[in-house]
Amino acid sequence: MTTATIPLELNRKDFVSDQAVRWCPGCGDYSILAQMQKTLPDIGVPKENIVFISGIGCSSRFPYYMNTYGIHSIHGRAPTLASGLQIANPDLSVWVITGDGDGLSIGGNHLLHVIRRNVNLNIILFNNRIYGLTKGQFSPTSRSGKRTKSSPMGSIEQPINPLVMAMAANATFVARTIDSNPQHLGDILHQAAMHKGASFVEVYQNCVIFNPSEWDGLGDRKVRDENIIFLEDGKPMVFGKESNRGLRLRGYKPEIVDLGDEYSEEDLLVHDVTQKDLASILSVMEYPESPVPMGVIRKVEMPTYSDGLLAQVAKAQMTKGVGDLAKLFHSADTWTI
Amino acid sequence: MSDSTDLFNELESVVIRFAGDSGDGMQLTGTQFTNTAAVIGNDVSTMPDFPAEIRAPAGTLAGVSGFQVNFSSRDILTPGDTPRVLFAMNPAALKVSVPALESGGTIIVNSDAFTRSNLAKAGYESNPLEDGSLEGFQLIDVPLTSLNREALKDIEELSTKDKDRCQNFFALGMAFWMFDRPLDMTVDWIQKKFAGKDAVIEGNIKALHTGYYFGETTRTFQHRYRIRPATLPPGTYRKVTGNEAMAMGLVTAAKKMGKTLFYGTYPITPASDILHSLATLRNFDVRTFQAEDEIAAMGSVIGAAFGGALAVTGTSGPGVALKSEAINLGIMLELPMVIINVQRGGPSTGLPTKTEQSDLLQAMYGRNGESPIVVIAPSGPADCFNAAIEASRLAVRAMTPVFVLSDGFLANSSEPWLIPNPDDIPAIEVKHPQGRAADDAPFLPYKRDPETMARPWAIPGTQGLEHRLGGLSKEPETGNVSYVPEHNEQMNSDRAEKIARLAEVIPDQEVFGPEEGDLLLVSWGGTFGAVRSGVARAQRDGKSVAHAHLRYLNPFPKNLGDILKRYKQVIVPELNRGQLAFLLRGHFAMDIKSYSKMHARPFKISEITSKIEEALG
Repeated sequence: MTTATIPLELNRKDFVSDQAVRWCPGCGDYSILAQMQKTLPDIGVPKENIVFISGIGCSSRFPYYMNTYGIHSIHGRAPTLASGLQIANPDLSVWVITGDGDGLSIGGNHLLHVIRRNVNLNIILFNNRIYGLTKGQFSPTSRSGKRTKSSPMGSIEQPINPLVMAMAANATFVARTIDSNPQHLGDILHQAAMHKGASFVEVYQNCVIFNPSEWDGLGDRKVRDENIIFLEDGKPMVFGKESNRGLRLRGYKPEIVDLGDEYSEEDLLVHDVTQKDLASILSVMEYPESPVPMGVIRKVEMPTYSDGLLAQVAKAQMTKGVGDLAKLFHSADTWTI
Repeated sequence: MSDSTDLFNELESVVIRFAGDSGDGMQLTGTQFTNTAAVIGNDVSTMPDFPAEIRAPAGTLAGVSGFQVNFSSRDILTPGDTPRVLFAMNPAALKVSVPALESGGTIIVNSDAFTRSNLAKAGYESNPLEDGSLEGFQLIDVPLTSLNREALKDIEELSTKDKDRCQNFFALGMAFWMFDRPLDMTVDWIQKKFAGKDAVIEGNIKALHTGYYFGETTRTFQHRYRIRPATLPPGTYRKVTGNEAMAMGLVTAAKKMGKTLFYGTYPITPASDILHSLATLRNFDVRTFQAEDEIAAMGSVIGAAFGGALAVTGTSGPGVALKSEAINLGIMLELPMVIINVQRGGPSTGLPTKTEQSDLLQAMYGRNGESPIVVIAPSGPADCFNAAIEASRLAVRAMTPVFVLSDGFLANSSEPWLIPNPDDIPAIEVKHPQGRAADDAPFLPYKRDPETMARPWAIPGTQGLEHRLGGLSKEPETGNVSYVPEHNEQMNSDRAEKIARLAEVIPDQEVFGPEEGDLLLVSWGGTFGAVRSGVARAQRDGKSVAHAHLRYLNPFPKNLGDILKRYKQVIVPELNRGQLAFLLRGHFAMDIKSYSKMHARPFKISEITSKIEEALG
């Protein structure tokens, strides 16, 4: 691949393709696209080594707008193409762009397994809790009771929590961010890019047409600080406009407390991205049932799938010698006529 | 090792079948017998036949596992129609196998296993060893279990159950004596296989020897047989199954392309052995990927193809059904990949361990939209090697997915393979476009080669060739999403034309027999051996009949239409309900007759000759 000696003088514009962006005006996808194009020049990877792979859905048009290599594949299967590509060529920076329908409904199985294998990918799941491209049916993350075209009397299903699913697959990098906070979004994308292994990022993303009020309490500056706990590794979990609230553990349950006479920062949970139990507790918290943690929830180093595979190749070549066809053909009882 | 006073029947070929419970080790016994036959120079063709259940209830008809081997002093193409010698380890094995046995054939049974309970499990109302129902066969009953236990009684480390596990080697020993075969290859194999387990080695070797000397000392057998080595073309041979040959073919193709082999798959009978073989070849940088399902396997193959690997998947019909949407994406992205379908009995779960040829139309048409694909089929176990290489060559030439239709019979059967010199196998030419500077003309990912109509294979990591592929309809050359009607027409036409043009580089169809006349048999895939043998036999009987066996099913060879027109009758024998016949009728608008059979096993030679006689009157 391109050697690292070539100086990387890339800027945002290098990542903008010649295709007109066709998302609805006001769609949260624009923010994610802009932050991606802004972040990629800084990850130290030549442009030609970056690949975007998506499935089907509004979010999955993403690769067409990125001036990198890319595949707009089929519904739910982006992780499978990305796995094959990454295994064939482990030097690439491969991004999977998916949504709550693509990644958690039709492609739920693949998402689970690609994370479990720790394939070195960056998986960005746009969660708007609705089916957009098919014009407004409930999705696997829609809240119970959600009234949509396909659930006029309200959805009778329980939603799935994407981060809990990622944790079930023992994800090595789990984060959550939101389209309406570009700075935080850009920072999380950068951290996901720098992590070696399957990085899973849930982006709360707004569908202005079919689910416009889903994230109301998280976008508006007046109220958002009361509803979002921005996590920082090594720091106590303080939030609120006045930094006057915090998260503590009561028994095995997370609890929101007001700082003051009864509780101080010392009573609060201190974030540690390496602690799986803590990540499990944080991942359960979802908006609007509780204030929602945003940031890197878990980050640990583990060998990637390609690491394991290439180690086996090296070991086999050391013990058996580099593959020789003649030897292979004769590796059975032979006879000569 | 033979005693010179023995009387030998000199035979050209013998078909022998070992049958027992699925836990009795019959596959192993048959394989060992075959290996020895092959190494001493016979031509061999085998047919394992086992239930889908790993261990069906012991003693039942459902649990019978058989292994048929035809070994010969001349060139043979099938595992044989009717066994002459049967080793039956229990009543169920006897009951399942007797109908196929040659009249006057020899049956060796383990009489210890003919207990009241085993007879009942097999559905026998009276003991066939005593009731005269086996009259017309040479019946030899051997109390094999008790003889074997007696022979191994001094091996204290082995329990009675362990000793009984050695009894298949007792049977093998008898077979070796009967056919005047050396024991040393099997002895070597036992020593390697059970290295470190001395008691097991001792038990198995002792059982083998005891079975052999039992034959010699008791003179139970009226006949011993001798089959001289075959006069095959000179060279070094080994025995291969279709799945083994396929795996070696894929590795060879990757080497000949200078590519990494990526094999993304999901375990499925009867294709899994290809994965098992490839998984041992990490030293060839073979990257096997056991995906979470069939769809993921196909997706991973597309990703690996995009990344520049030789990307291959292997599956069976139900797996292809799941893969079809992703195969269509492969066709739309125009990336090279190979899809191996080891066909089994269908529809649905069907007959997982049995053979059929019923996925031809699925390969051709089992996807949405106009979805042209290359389809080829190997004709025998060893030919799977060539088919794997040919499929890879066509895939990269046309930048498209290629189907290889193997089947359960080819996959598990074995035959001698004349080992090629790897240096004699031609390289497979692969072109990747070079990188570009920023001010060069823009890269056109769908600009077609004027000769092959293939688009360029630009792989990620190449500077200046960044491009996006997708499943949506496209503009020619740029590949940009386009809903323009003319673009859709053009791209559909180009994809079809690209496949059709492969007819320019595939060999002309050959015909075995008269170049024109009364009757032509047209077959494809795993039925080659039976159809060719049947046609040859009919020709020896003075019949005017020819045979065309197709390797290329899409596109067809250029001269196929002309060939078909030169015969008064064309009959297509197939292990399906007439799928190739249907294709030929549609393609050539001719009266094509179908000879269909769906017994979930290969044609017998006699079935083909009967059909020829019927057709010629």
